[in-house]
Amino acid sequence: MGKKQAGTGPLSRRPDNSAFKQQRLPAWSPSLTAQTVLPTFYILSLVCLFLGIWLFITVENTYELKVDYTNAGTCERCFDLRKHVIASKTPCTCTVSFQVPKTFQGDVFFYYGLRNFHQNLRRYMDSRDDAQMVGRKNNLKAPSSYCAPFDYDANRVPIAPCGAVANSMFNDSLTVMYNPADGAEIQVPLYRKGIAWYTDKNVKFRNPPTNNTFTLQQAFEGTTRPLYWQRPVYELDDTDSNNNGFINDDLIVWMREAAFPNFKKLYGVLNRAQVPFTEGLPPGNYTLSINYNFPVEPFRGRKELVISMVTWFGGQNYFLPIAYLVTSALILVAAVVLTMVYVKVGKYGKNMED
Amino acid sequence: MDLSSIRKLITRYCTGEESWVDSRTVYIGQKEPPPGTEAYIPQRFPDNRIVSSKYTFWNFIPKNLFEQFRRIANFYFLIIFLVQLIIDTPTSPTTSGLPLFFVITVTAIKQGYEDWIRHKADNAINQCPVHVIQHGKVVRKQSQRLRVGDIVQVKENETFPCDLILLSTSREDGTCFVTTASLDGESSHKTYYAVQDTKAFNTAEEVDTLHATIECEQPQPDLYKFVGRINIYLDREEPIARPLGSENLLLRGATLKNTEYVHAVAIYTGMETKMALNYQSKSQKRSAVEKSMNAYLIVYLCILISKALINTVLKYAWQANPNRDEPWYNQKTETERQRHVLIRAFTDFLAFMVLFNYIIPVSMYVTVEMQKFLGSYFILWDDDMFDEELGEGPLVNTSDLNEELGQVEYVFTDKTGTLTENNMELRECCVDGHVYVPHAICNGQILPGAAEMDMIDSSPGVDGKEREELFFRALCLCHTVQVKEEETVDGIKRGIHQGKSTSFYISSSPDEVALVEGMKRLGFTYLRLKDSHMEILNREDEMERFELLEVLNFDSVRRRMSVIVRSSSGEYYLFCKGADSSVFPRVVSGKVEQVRARVEQNAVEGLRTLCVAYKKLTHEEYVETCHLLNRAKLALQDRDKKLAEAYDVIEKDFILLGATAVEDRLQDKAADTIESLHKAGMKVWVLTGDKMETAAATCYASKLFHRNTQILELTTKRTEEQSLHDVLFDLSRTVLRQHGSMTRDTFSGLSGDYQDYGLIIDGATLSAVLKPPQEGTSNGGNYKEIFLEICRNCSAVLCCRMAPLQKAQIVKMIKTSKERPITLAIGDGANDVSMILEAHVGIGIMGKEGRQAARNSDYAITKFKHLKKMLLVHGHYYYIRIAELVQYFFYKNVCFIFPQFLYQFFCGFSQQPLYDTAYLTLYNISFTSLPILLYSLMEQHINMDILKRDPTLYRDIAKNSLLRWPTFIYWTFLGVFDALVFFFGAFFLFDNTTFTSNGQLMATNTQMMFGNWTFGTLVFTVLVFTVTLKLALDTHYWTWINHFVIWGSLLFYVIFSLLWGGIIWPFLNYQRMYYVFMQMLSSGPAWLSIILLIIVSLLPDVVKKVLCRALWPTTTERIQNADKLYKGHLSEFTPLSSLHAPPVRKHDRQGNENQNHTHRRSDSSPPNKLMCTYWGGRSDYCTFSSLLRIGENTRFSGAAYAYSTPGPETSV
Repeated sequence: MGKKQAGTGPLSRRPDNSAFKQQRLPAWSPSLTAQTVLPTFYILSLVCLFLGIWLFITVENTYELKVDYTNAGTCERCFDLRKHVIASKTPCTCTVSFQVPKTFQGDVFFYYGLRNFHQNLRRYMDSRDDAQMVGRKNNLKAPSSYCAPFDYDANRVPIAPCGAVANSMFNDSLTVMYNPADGAEIQVPLYRKGIAWYTDKNVKFRNPPTNNTFTLQQAFEGTTRPLYWQRPVYELDDTDSNNNGFINDDLIVWMREAAFPNFKKLYGVLNRAQVPFTEGLPPGNYTLSINYNFPVEPFRGRKELVISMVTWFGGQNYFLPIAYLVTSALILVAAVVLTMVYVKVGKYGKNMED
Repeated sequence: MDLSSIRKLITRYCTGEESWVDSRTVYIGQKEPPPGTEAYIPQRFPDNRIVSSKYTFWNFIPKNLFEQFRRIANFYFLIIFLVQLIIDTPTSPTTSGLPLFFVITVTAIKQGYEDWIRHKADNAINQCPVHVIQHGKVVRKQSQRLRVGDIVQVKENETFPCDLILLSTSREDGTCFVTTASLDGESSHKTYYAVQDTKAFNTAEEVDTLHATIECEQPQPDLYKFVGRINIYLDREEPIARPLGSENLLLRGATLKNTEYVHAVAIYTGMETKMALNYQSKSQKRSAVEKSMNAYLIVYLCILISKALINTVLKYAWQANPNRDEPWYNQKTETERQRHVLIRAFTDFLAFMVLFNYIIPVSMYVTVEMQKFLGSYFILWDDDMFDEELGEGPLVNTSDLNEELGQVEYVFTDKTGTLTENNMELRECCVDGHVYVPHAICNGQILPGAAEMDMIDSSPGVDGKEREELFFRALCLCHTVQVKEEETVDGIKRGIHQGKSTSFYISSSPDEVALVEGMKRLGFTYLRLKDSHMEILNREDEMERFELLEVLNFDSVRRRMSVIVRSSSGEYYLFCKGADSSVFPRVVSGKVEQVRARVEQNAVEGLRTLCVAYKKLTHEEYVETCHLLNRAKLALQDRDKKLAEAYDVIEKDFILLGATAVEDRLQDKAADTIESLHKAGMKVWVLTGDKMETAAATCYASKLFHRNTQILELTTKRTEEQSLHDVLFDLSRTVLRQHGSMTRDTFSGLSGDYQDYGLIIDGATLSAVLKPPQEGTSNGGNYKEIFLEICRNCSAVLCCRMAPLQKAQIVKMIKTSKERPITLAIGDGANDVSMILEAHVGIGIMGKEGRQAARNSDYAITKFKHLKKMLLVHGHYYYIRIAELVQYFFYKNVCFIFPQFLYQFFCGFSQQPLYDTAYLTLYNISFTSLPILLYSLMEQHINMDILKRDPTLYRDIAKNSLLRWPTFIYWTFLGVFDALVFFFGAFFLFDNTTFTSNGQLMATNTQMMFGNWTFGTLVFTVLVFTVTLKLALDTHYWTWINHFVIWGSLLFYVIFSLLWGGIIWPFLNYQRMYYVFMQMLSSGPAWLSIILLIIVSLLPDVVKKVLCRALWPTTTERIQNADKLYKGHLSEFTPLSSLHAPPVRKHDRQGNENQNHTHRRSDSSPPNKLMCTYWGGRSDYCTFSSLLRIGENTRFSGAAYAYSTPGPETSV
């Protein structure tokens, strides 16, 4: 690099005598000596300890209940039925009863959980068309090639929503009935909407444009429903017409792919407007009745209903408090060892002895 | 190429050594030889073009691309890019294509620019005009069009454009003077001779009529060897054949001096000139760090391939179940199903490779290049290395080797112009034990204030006075100096007398010039040689004339020269001057003891001493002498031997007059620099073309040899007496006897508790040592090993009489010896170019002898003393910076990619990336690149002043200590540990819990589950913070820039993530990152886990650091601690030696030098000496004679230690 400076006179060649160029910028030079590190360690250890204890107490008061209904109760029959692809269209309902031992105070969340279902396979994850989901007309009729083989049906009619993710949407419907000891069976009321991210529901997923005369069904004209679906996308929710199409909450929840093969997704939130659920979920016997559609046997999967309380800290999660406590202990051990070394070899390390 | 030359080439290469003695025939003036002469095979010679550039316009792109992709890393990225293009991979081709394109382009532009500069330089040389004689006229030609056989006219001060045979000169005697400073570093004027039979062809017309051919050997690189024959055809007679030797050969690169013009014929041109043959091809130098980097790279490549292999195998094991291979929810397309399983497996393997390829970051190379390029500006900017006189600072020709400056183990330095200023000066002379110092005298008058000194002996007596004047006359007469007159208008007398530069002395020996000039100051001015009379102006401004009768020339065997003169009064004198060893035995009277003492003392001080003696001859004796000489001169056989015998007879029975001491002034702080280098654990070798005595004196003066250094000589003189074999074994025995008692790394003569060796070897012996083993001898070839063993045990080595290529050979020998040390060569002349190119680091000094060395060097500095800062400060910094850079880069990419590897175990080995594409691409480019780049530019683990003061710190990083395998493995494991923490920390958080965002129902966007992109983002956030904070922990020098960059890049990451997730990007076909980051941040557990994971990942490193610092501190850490203790003022007053790990030499080094020196002086030197030793001034150890105390002492106020003992004067 012939970096001869093009200066003309001898003076112009002389470099500036600035602190930066002479590498003499004022600087702070900390070094990791026992002296600086030890107080930090002790304080950190203490902080972690308190945080851990606090989290632990919080988690202790959070309950979670899992009801595996794969082949429990009367679902054995449906489970067998769903083994065979031929019978996939046959409806099957079953019930499972379970007990809630303690009151689930406050907001109670109902999840469906799947085990061994790999939503995180690369091909599976890519098999979707976000442009279609935003309701772009072109993409509706010409789904992305990533969706293959779920982009067109056998008659080359485009599928909406296309792709493996949408195609495999969880389609069991769950109803929980409360069986109070002294009274009639009450259906546990659930909010089935507002369970998706606000931004997903309002920005990322949009229906193709409609208006008063132009219905959603018309908007989806020329497309067909995903192969495994029983209903077209514009009829997903028959109770609320605004929850149909791409902005259906269940669809949006499903489209957010889980990171691991065992996962749970929100199904609904307890509606506490009604007695006896104003305080939460009362203890007692419950029945879960299922419209059993989703086959899990082929991939050795399980299905479950998860009922959970949620605090500011999330659900029942022992990992964080324990991790904090362990970390606290580790830091303490390190600090004690360092203190011993510090006492033994002196203030500035061994060197000052000579 | 015609058939004959092909045949020649074939014979040359097939038949081996023998046919190499091929000759070439040159037709002078391109004229055909007259008929009847034997038919010569016409030969083709290259034109006179010098090519140092690497590329041409046409081959730049292919050749440069080829060169670049030869780099293992570039090739690797190219492969990855191609794979991404061809197969369906998890990441898009742009993620690796763009950075690669960027790197390649930047490098190509840089290299192209460099080559363009080289082209320009070449063109400047090739197109410079030369004067060629064609058809009796002088024609200007471009230098590159010169052809073999052309007759060239060269004027004074012009450089010879190619290798030439001297035909005639403007001088009548057919001689010319040449300085070969830029070739072999000898700035003295050398005399070259024209062929006797052609010297009459003086003008262009006459030369054109010359009809002659030259037969000579094919070009070979030895500068001092040439054999040839000229056939001159005069008047159609039989040609006259004359031998040609190196005294007829003018070499390209040498400069004509003191001769108006010469005519000469070109015999070797272009790349065949001896100068070009002495250059070596510029090969790309790679630093040790880059080698380590490549080694690490290969390790990581292996890791990468094994990762990909493991995953591929596991994938197919896992997929053995068809429901996993193709579950109902993830069906394949028809084409995918039909693909052969092997192809599928291979594609999967490649996909894994692509997925994990970021473990070898393309940006590391960009960062390293940038670091080197930008870092080198700190050298350019360094004010300490700026030279006021030249108005120039250091130059950086290649920035690839910055860190190598911190790894130097051997320093090879040139002497003249590098260690010394190449500027001789008469320091003192001693007549009968009285000391005279020319500095204090002007025109024979003692300077005011100096009168009380004994410089001109207060009472020399009549006899003394006479001796004194005789001494001065002797020096004025006994030399071969010529007077060069610039203007003759006013006569010489005025010019010389008034000390104006209108006329000056030139000689083949700069010492002689110094002596004659010194005499001028002492009052005796040599005016000129006129009609074989030497004219001298004495103190009384009277002209004295001596007839010069005989000159007994100097030769290196006798090591003396004599003249016989007749004074105007008719007395015959023989004056002799020579080395003490050759004069003293021939002295019969005079104050031998006093003079000898003085001479020895001067020699110790590193001055070049000569003794002067004389004898008076009677007329008969003179006649006798003349006979003797003439007989010898006329002898046809063994002329040299007979002459030597005659000299031996003539030069005896001298009367000793006195001695002189000439100083080739050492460069400012040369000794200090050499001592620092020694202390820093480097071995310093002096390689010089100069003669042994001179070189040895310089070595003493520059503290390379100490007084107690035992000198081992391996010179021609010795090998003449004993066989080389015996000498070598002798020496190695001597050295190894000591070896048992001394440890390998003890060094420098300071401690003095063991014998310290210095080796002197000369060029001839060296070539004998290095000669490939002969088949017959059993132990041939061991010489090199023995020699290396000897060298290893010597603290200093001096190689004298070196040809340029030999210098390179030495460097190469050390470079390839089994320890593979890092070598540095420093020199100022063209003769040093080969070694500068050969050594790992080549440093050129921008000196008096042109820019050749500076141009070919990697770094150029203005003074030798700057080497100290260059190595001890800049080299040290660059090394620790780049070492951290390299280690950190691998570390952060392990942290980056290992979670992705772990994730494959949970996603069915489907190559699902953990991170979003933007994160994958930008991680190395923007999130984590600037902090490390700035760290690697700014970091100063130890204060600059301390580094300079304590050279031993340099040993802390010797032998690439920061890039050894244990360190590398530590970093890698740290990376793996951190990756495990990130991944499993986040995993348990996700797996175990309803990991939701804020669980309160009031808002609509709550309690949602998080998907895989949130998981990836969580891991990535922890990763970016951990990795950046890890660097923050390593940073020891926090300027505002570091603060800005470290906190700024974290902030940038957050802002970028917010932005990236905050907008639906229309150009993306997926919106998977939409609001992911914000959702994550709105969750309490996410915050808690991010903080926790960062703490846990950093914990082990912090604990390790604190423990190591407390229990096993390195010298660096001790100094840091101490620096803290003294709150940054350490550099000013604290002795550092106590902090060093080896407590062997615990005495105070800094003080020691002063004291040592003073003590040495006090017991060795005679009284009335003034000694000035001071630090930080302009020059270091200066010794001044006592009279200076009066005249100039005030100049050295303060720091000077005056040491003077009252006592008798120098006379005993």
